Amino acid sequence: MENLQTIREQALAALNAVQDEAALEQWKVAQLGRNAALTQAMKNLGQLSAEERPLAGKQANEVKLALEAAFDEKRSALEGARLRESLSSEKLDVTLPGHSIALGRLHPITQTLRRVNAIFAQMGFQVYRSRDVETDEYNFLLLNFPPNHPAREMQDSFYVEGGAPDNPTLLRTHTSAGQIHAMREYAAKDPGNPPPIRIVLPGMCYRFEQVSSRSEVQFTQVEGLAVGENITFGDLKGTLTDFAQRFFNANVRTRFRASHFPFTEPSAEMDVECFVCGGSGCSVCKHSGWLEILGSGMVHPNVLRNGGYDPEKYSGFAFGMGPERLTMLRYRIEDIRYFWRNDMRFLEQF
Amino acid sequence: MKTPLSWLKDFVDLEGINLEELAHTLTVAGLEVEEIHYIGLPMPSGLQQTKVSGLSWDPEKLVVAEIREVGPHPNADRLVLCRLFDGEQEHTVLTGAPNLYDYKDKGELKPPLKVAYAKEGAEIYDGHQEGMHKTVLKRTKIRGVDSYSMVCSAKELGISEEHEGIIFLPADAKPGTPLADLLGDAVLTIAITPNIARDANIYGVAREIAALTGRALKPMPTDVQAAGPKIDGAVKIDIKDSELNPRFVLGMLRNVEIKPSPGWVQQRLRLAGMRPINNIVDATNYAMLELGEPLHAFDYDVLVQRAGSKTPTILTRPAKQGETLTTLDGVERKLDDFTVLVCDTAGSLSIGGIMGGLESEVTETTRNVLLEGASWNFINVRKTLVAQRMSSEAAYRFSRGVHPAMAPRGVSRGLELMRQWSGGVVDAGLVDEYPKPAEVVQVAISPADAKRWLGVALSNEQMSKILTTLGFEIKQQGDGLLVTVPDHRLDIETGVVGKADLMEEVARIYGYDNIPATRIADALPPQHGNPPLELEERVKDLLARMGIQEVMTYRLTSPEEEARRLPPETTPDDKPYVKLANVISQERTVLRKSLLASVLEIAERNARQRQRIALFEVGPVFHASEETLPDELQRLVVILGGQQQPADWQAADSAAYDFYAAKGVVAELLASLGLHGLKYEPGEHPSFHPGKCARVLAGERQLAVFGELHPQVQSQYDLGAHTLQAITLNLDVLGELVPERFDSRPVPQYPPVIEDLAIVVDESVPAGKVEAMIAQTGGNLLAGVTLFDVFRGDKIGADKKSLAYQLTYQHAERTLTDDEVAKLRERIIRRITQELGAQLRA
Repeated sequence: MENLQTIREQALAALNAVQDEAALEQWKVAQLGRNAALTQAMKNLGQLSAEERPLAGKQANEVKLALEAAFDEKRSALEGARLRESLSSEKLDVTLPGHSIALGRLHPITQTLRRVNAIFAQMGFQVYRSRDVETDEYNFLLLNFPPNHPAREMQDSFYVEGGAPDNPTLLRTHTSAGQIHAMREYAAKDPGNPPPIRIVLPGMCYRFEQVSSRSEVQFTQVEGLAVGENITFGDLKGTLTDFAQRFFNANVRTRFRASHFPFTEPSAEMDVECFVCGGSGCSVCKHSGWLEILGSGMVHPNVLRNGGYDPEKYSGFAFGMGPERLTMLRYRIEDIRYFWRNDMRFLEQF
Repeated sequence: MKTPLSWLKDFVDLEGINLEELAHTLTVAGLEVEEIHYIGLPMPSGLQQTKVSGLSWDPEKLVVAEIREVGPHPNADRLVLCRLFDGEQEHTVLTGAPNLYDYKDKGELKPPLKVAYAKEGAEIYDGHQEGMHKTVLKRTKIRGVDSYSMVCSAKELGISEEHEGIIFLPADAKPGTPLADLLGDAVLTIAITPNIARDANIYGVAREIAALTGRALKPMPTDVQAAGPKIDGAVKIDIKDSELNPRFVLGMLRNVEIKPSPGWVQQRLRLAGMRPINNIVDATNYAMLELGEPLHAFDYDVLVQRAGSKTPTILTRPAKQGETLTTLDGVERKLDDFTVLVCDTAGSLSIGGIMGGLESEVTETTRNVLLEGASWNFINVRKTLVAQRMSSEAAYRFSRGVHPAMAPRGVSRGLELMRQWSGGVVDAGLVDEYPKPAEVVQVAISPADAKRWLGVALSNEQMSKILTTLGFEIKQQGDGLLVTVPDHRLDIETGVVGKADLMEEVARIYGYDNIPATRIADALPPQHGNPPLELEERVKDLLARMGIQEVMTYRLTSPEEEARRLPPETTPDDKPYVKLANVISQERTVLRKSLLASVLEIAERNARQRQRIALFEVGPVFHASEETLPDELQRLVVILGGQQQPADWQAADSAAYDFYAAKGVVAELLASLGLHGLKYEPGEHPSFHPGKCARVLAGERQLAVFGELHPQVQSQYDLGAHTLQAITLNLDVLGELVPERFDSRPVPQYPPVIEDLAIVVDESVPAGKVEAMIAQTGGNLLAGVTLFDVFRGDKIGADKKSLAYQLTYQHAERTLTDDEVAKLRERIIRRITQELGAQLRA
């Protein structure tokens, strides 16, 4: 029986010396194979007496299990070491760049228009689009710009050849031109009792202006219009402040200044607290702490009437903003000409 | 409008008011202060709600001084040396001011000349440099004489841009007094929008300030000391068209002495942006700036002479078409029949409300002055300004509307100022012809109006108080107020428009800030979305997901630019352009007819620096139409070129965009929109390669054309090495075709049978036909046909091609048997063999 203990000790000592998988296989053959001392000892069990045999058999089996367990342990240790070694040789330079992805992007103005439209959509304003080429009647006259009125000076127009002399054709100077179309379309549904309106009118507008880093011959605009029986200047302030807080940030402050647009009365410009400096003054807000964002006002009674809404009964507010300006402020873009130049080095930043 | 603070103080007490706060108050009330220009007063630092400019005069370094003697410079004829006392000590100051030459070598000056004196280190404007540039006075030597201080011109102090001599101060100015205490001022530049034309004058702005700050407004200065005889009989007025000239007023001042105005008058005129001329002309300008009524001074004796020594008659009438008049600016003007002339019996004198003529002007020798104040139809003045391309301070005001009631007030004010500054005697009374009196405008308002328009509860008392401070007269009427509009403003209408006008006035003075922000309580309108826009947005998203960049381009272009999209010999289509009548640049003369040309321009702009061009735009093209307005047609254009995937350090060149890559984009786009069963066939389009162009048909309707651009088109753009593919798609047609919904397919539960089928057909047999026939023959059990190889070569034979398909057989409810598949395969092979002459490839 001492023999079995010796076999076990010698075998484990030999296993300790094993350094690689080949030596481990040799060890297995030597210690657990057909000619191994343990195998021989187990074969010899038959020669023992019937009293001795069960104990000796049990002991021999224990030694065998111990050696097999030791073998398994050694094998996984060697495998682990081998894996570690091979992994360490597979080390990558993680600072090499990733693969280029051809991402398709939307134009920054599309992105801004979508944000604006989405915010107003959640307030019940639907998108209404109208044409780029308009008549003087829709672009000016019905919006309370009489002929030769000083307010027309503020908007130099591109005229189209061949229009009627008393109602020239022109490229719309503001998306407000769509206001009358929309009101008339809504009013036509029930002229005696026209339905309320809540729309935004995005679109391309044109002005006869020299192109510079601050002005373009074409620009997008989003006009908004709400008409109903109980629409107030307070609603204008609330709606546009809600918009500003969604578009810029939840805590941004707004300021309304009296202004003048022929198609609104009273009129107001909305400023928001500069979101770059938080109102403490910086180059973006020209050290004023405020940024001009949009023009607005209560729809002029003449405009309501021209749209088919009785101004004695209905009221409304309208506003207009420039997506280019919103985009320029948001991303500190210095030159408005970038938008229509479409240099990929500009577009792929958004 | 430039508004000097000192002038405002004549009419409203501004004691203790912070200038920045005042500017802000005006701005939020609709009188936008664009800039505060400081003339010596301390300037604010830190946050500037209003833009500021100008100089702050250091009280230690810029002071009043007296020149006691003017002597010659030892080395320079054009310079003088002044012996000057600054309140503490005497200095020798060198200057080249020409208005000191007269005092040279006169010994001790009695009384001494009071001047603005700048010491070493003072910040001033550089008088010798063009434009306004600040500089700090440094010690130097000029022609051998030590110089460390100077006497200042108006420009150097920032009062105006004049640098023709130094300014003189009042004789009672005490040497050593800080200059800012004597001359310090600030000028508010206020943007006058058309609705506040009434405020294009000092008194108007003062009235607004009084209303906004609750301070008292002093009465309008219209008193005149008339010691002369009655004016009656001195002149007659004859108005031919009272619509165009509702009122004409004349006053008379006799025995004037023409000379420069007092210094403070010149200073105010300069600050307000006008140039002092002489006391008479300055008085007309001063009164105009102060009250807003432009005035015109005639030399009365010239008029008498022209009338043959009889009583002159001033008449106003529309010009005859083509009639001429030489105006004060020396231009001979050919007039239209809508222009109103002021004439006498001998001929025309001036263009009413705009500019005087040369002949009857006040000159150095004028003794008796006839002063005109009138009222003109502002639309008519505008038309004349546009036609004559002229501008003047008078026209600026008359073209925005001046109430007829202002005419006698302006004349009285002008006469009084002339009397004070020229020593003349004013005739008693005015000659006042007023054939078309202005209507008195009255508007009824009530608290209900404030609630309805503004959403705020305002009492009659609150509204009454606000409107009274602006000069409105208020009477209680029923539950509300009857408001009478004051006779200095023309912007308030009657009826419901008048109510809106008054609500603006109430809201402005009440303060927009004080009106609470609310959410709309009104009914929500019916919601119906915008399907065409939603489709465009889906199209944009799909293309972006395919790695294609959206662009937005100019809708204004030129026919020459658009011609590049066609090969040179192509006759352009005969659809006329929408042409601009007024062109700002030769690059932008028409509205585009082709979106392809727009996007190609962008491809060209980017081609040289990009290995991959993948761009799209959704937008309108414009076709002139029989109707008044052109057709605006929505289009999509995609341009593809270069590598399909961007190269990087691991993956060098990927496959280039070719016809089939473009087709893949078209097919994926349309399939993703739920469009199936579209027909692709060879297309014809002058911009495309004739052999590499296809069109997509939905039934008979052409939806899209795509393919490789014609090489002659490509060569007209600078594209580097790129070969471009293009897709043009009609979004209006697409909108009619895209289904609102589609049925999805269940995911099969049973295994498919997949096998390959390779056949050889004649080159002339289109692959699309083969595939369609396989699909049709396979029917429901054939779930998929995918072409995976096309091969041509000797093994197959000339004019033949091999097409290899992977066929997927699939039954929805069970596993197909080998037998079923074999039969189906047999049927497919038989049909394509018989009908297309296909041979099975081993």
